[in-house]
Amino acid sequence: MSEPTRYETIIGLEVHAQLATRTKMFCGCGAVFGAPPNTRTCPVCQGMPGSLPVINRRAVEFGIMTALALGCGINQHNRFARKHYYYPDMPKNYQISQYEEPLAEHGRLVIDTGAGPREIGIQRLHLEEDVGKLLHDGALETAQSSSVDFNRAGVPLMEIVSKPDLRSPEEAAAYLKAMRAILVFLRVCDGNMEEGSLRCDANISLRPRGRAEYGTKVEIKNMNSFRNVRDALEYETRRQARALDTGERIVQETRLWDPDRAVTVSMRSKEFAHDYRYFPEPDLPPLDVQPAWVEQIRARLPELPEARRARFQEAYGLSAYEADLLTQGRGLADYFEAAIGAGGKPKAVANWVLNELLREVPGDDDRAVEACPIPPANLAGLLALIDDGTISGKIAKDVFEKMYRTGDTARAIVSREGLTQMADEGALGAAVDRVLVEHAKVVEDFRAGKKAALGFLVGQVMKATQGKANPALVNRLLSEKLPKG
Amino acid sequence: MAEGGSRISPADVEHVARLARLELSASEKERMRSELDGILAYIDKLRALHTRDVPPTSHAVPVTNVMRDDEERPSLPQEEMLANAPDRHRDLFRVPRIIEE
Amino acid sequence: MAGLASLTAHELGARYRSGAATPTQAVSECLARIEALDPRVRAFLTVTREDALRRAALADARFRTGAPLGPLDGVPIALKDVLCTRGIRTTCGSRILDGFVPPYDATVVARLFAAGAVLLGKLNMDEFAMGSSTENSGFFTTCNPWDLSRVPGGSSGGSSAAVAAEMVPLTLGTDTGGSIRQPAAFSGVVGLKPTYGRVSRYGLIAFASSLDQLGPFARDAEDAALLLGAIAGADPMDSTAIDVPVPDYRAALGRGIEGLRLGVPVEYFMDGMDPEVEEAVRAAIVTLEKLGARTEPVSLPHTEYGLAAYYVIAPAEASSNLARYDGVKYGLRASGARDLIDMYSRTRAAGFGNEVKRRVMLGTYVLSAGYYDAYYGQAQKVRTLVRRDFDRAFEKVDLLVAPTTPGVAFKMGEKADPLQMYLNDIFTVPVSLAGLPGVSIPGGFTRDGLPIGLQLVARAFDEATLLRAAHAYQTVTDWHLRRPPLQAGTADRTPR
Repeated sequence: MSEPTRYETIIGLEVHAQLATRTKMFCGCGAVFGAPPNTRTCPVCQGMPGSLPVINRRAVEFGIMTALALGCGINQHNRFARKHYYYPDMPKNYQISQYEEPLAEHGRLVIDTGAGPREIGIQRLHLEEDVGKLLHDGALETAQSSSVDFNRAGVPLMEIVSKPDLRSPEEAAAYLKAMRAILVFLRVCDGNMEEGSLRCDANISLRPRGRAEYGTKVEIKNMNSFRNVRDALEYETRRQARALDTGERIVQETRLWDPDRAVTVSMRSKEFAHDYRYFPEPDLPPLDVQPAWVEQIRARLPELPEARRARFQEAYGLSAYEADLLTQGRGLADYFEAAIGAGGKPKAVANWVLNELLREVPGDDDRAVEACPIPPANLAGLLALIDDGTISGKIAKDVFEKMYRTGDTARAIVSREGLTQMADEGALGAAVDRVLVEHAKVVEDFRAGKKAALGFLVGQVMKATQGKANPALVNRLLSEKLPKG
Repeated sequence: MAEGGSRISPADVEHVARLARLELSASEKERMRSELDGILAYIDKLRALHTRDVPPTSHAVPVTNVMRDDEERPSLPQEEMLANAPDRHRDLFRVPRIIEE
Repeated sequence: MAGLASLTAHELGARYRSGAATPTQAVSECLARIEALDPRVRAFLTVTREDALRRAALADARFRTGAPLGPLDGVPIALKDVLCTRGIRTTCGSRILDGFVPPYDATVVARLFAAGAVLLGKLNMDEFAMGSSTENSGFFTTCNPWDLSRVPGGSSGGSSAAVAAEMVPLTLGTDTGGSIRQPAAFSGVVGLKPTYGRVSRYGLIAFASSLDQLGPFARDAEDAALLLGAIAGADPMDSTAIDVPVPDYRAALGRGIEGLRLGVPVEYFMDGMDPEVEEAVRAAIVTLEKLGARTEPVSLPHTEYGLAAYYVIAPAEASSNLARYDGVKYGLRASGARDLIDMYSRTRAAGFGNEVKRRVMLGTYVLSAGYYDAYYGQAQKVRTLVRRDFDRAFEKVDLLVAPTTPGVAFKMGEKADPLQMYLNDIFTVPVSLAGLPGVSIPGGFTRDGLPIGLQLVARAFDEATLLRAAHAYQTVTDWHLRRPPLQAGTADRTPR
């Protein structure tokens, strides 16, 4: 336990997810990562005089999908608002966001840190546009100039704000993980924290146990992985606890997590909050999200991670751990079920996917899973060959590797390379006889009581048959031919 | 609300000028203060109206749900988008040093 | 070929089609008039001579091969410098955009070019469309062709003066609180503000987003109908441009106004009005009655609150729309700044004129924390009340008739107090708040020879009735045929 027990930690998380739409929130520029600077802009996303925004319908759909998955109430009447502040990465010096009437409110996300499931409240979910990328000539504090690339300006963002229901850094990390899983599953966001398509800020305060009123909250930014979230909040908890212990006042401020020095650092303290001067966006008519539209979207929702995990355990007899891994991405879960559909037995498929496939393919990368050179049917084919004795489990591993490299089916590879398991009693019997003659001394050891010698002899037969011998048959033959000791 | 019967104080003017990123000289500030005061006095007649049950108009014509398909339109060439830059640095817009406020 | 510059666009079109004149001849004459007169009138910020002749030549060819694009093909036109024109300097009347060359055309500009119109240049205006006299231009003041010591009105002063001085037959302006109608009245031309959402605002440099509308200046109703028809209609780039079909405005013009019900708003005849303006408007009402219209008084009780509501809403939206002018991506950047905030503040201080600064400050103030409900929130509600006044009036009548302005063109420098200047808009602002279409047409002259404007207001998207009534009025009056006494060879005072 890292936080002192005399204080209760109160954490709220604010997640910004870049939506995986083709185009930006308010214009038709491609929402792509990594293009040369200022090549993915137009008068609208660059905020040129005379430009006007037009809402991307798919972004609204993604927002509704996410809101439904999080059990939020959709606000039928919602609208965009202007949020004003001056910064070079803000093309218009206002951001089109949502304020008093967000797309959705009051949902929940269930997390489990091992101490049982807990429901964390979701305060609101709304849509807005991303800002450009600011590059400093050195560190921000000392840079004499900065430069702006507006490619990212206008990319759709979905902001999800939790209620301050989280009670520990572990819970915060678990919340983020669960949130990410849902977003990735819904395919509304690619969940890439390193590239910044999923960002997380936290608000954290401490209060003495038993006290009802909240302490002063501090905003923490720059946590770009689950681990960073946990570490930053653990550090901050300790820092605030130390301060409170010595009677020091907690300053309401924004602090940045420095992963190298493992500390949070104060940005210059803001004594007063920004005056964002919100007002309804006059260039955008309000949204009237019809119930029929919401139902259409609800009907198209994929099975969510939680439900799918539970079903995998029940229907396929998988452990919680196995189910968890197999549902880390919708692509992987689909792959698993497709292989079963093609005839594979669930436990065996699970085994091979978790142990062999995941060595080659990142399980949460839907695109990589889909592009895998071993389609689910081919995996099922390989398992069938093991099942009917055509090849041994050991050979199968080789075949798997070859399948991955060439994209061929198991059957094609086995037949091409003559890997069929030797199950011919005659031929195998001859091989066994030869081994027994070659290793007469070991046979003597076995007869003298050294049971382990059998394993050695089995191994020699496998070696002599280039691994193709059917192990069960080898065992039986050896047992028959070996002198009983 | 300022004291002395005027609606806007010199401190208000400074605060608003900062929010609006407008540098004003001392005499401009005073002139602005008195002009804004006069205009705000004129605007104050709006307070006489009872509007508790009146909905606000934020859009002159009551339409909703104006949206577009998620289809790509070509972006403008980099050269054209940088052509008006007051300080162009390679392919970026350069600005003077930023001091966090 | 003399006299081509004095023709309306529809008359020019007829000459082009019959072969009696070519676009190049007309454009050349207009350019010559601009060259001769504009040093005194000062309507133009930019004249696009080469481009105009190039476009005219292309139009010539189309007429020669018998395949013109339509009624605007080859017609000279000029645009208020509030519209983005690709590759052509666009200033919005402000020094903060000095040097700005847009990489794109406004939708309306693209439509005009597709129709074959020939752009002669960009016209002077009050900076960011804020003003009623064009004295707030960051560059120079335009002079009223009827009396060069007086203002042409604003903010579209260059647009109204260019038509009045016969430099071009058609121009476009914008109207947020009266900036088309008021200069049309002051300059003795037709100026129409369409229904909010009738014309696309994509590429129109924004002043107040919920109020701005583009509209035509012309010498008669038929020309206004022609130009409106070419620019009206929905646009996928503008979410506020409403998808309502565009009628053939010209076809409906000649139907007359027999039986039309006209409302005369009692609040629009107030103490302090110029008695000559009142006289002219009352005489115009009689003329309309003689044409078959029936008039009755109506009441728009919230009229006096309209101006106050406008001067909360428009500056608020303007302060937001003008936040982008900061020296980062385009336009002016103040030199020698210590840091970013210094750069922002000095750039905006150097680039914006006094009226713009005033409205940015006012707008920022009314939106700032603690004041939103009292000012902006309240003003939006008053806007609803103003709109309801009109809705109630239009239950009884089809058209409203009123003065456009309380007075006529004043002398430059006369209205130094901002509030005095704002009061010019008292009859035009409520119509803007309600989003309704309004037109100002020449309705008479003072004894000193200064134009008086007559305002007609219709229901939403009923510009056809506005134009029909204006046209009917113009069949029995000749105010719109009078020309200012500017000497340049082709000007003369006698009506055609």
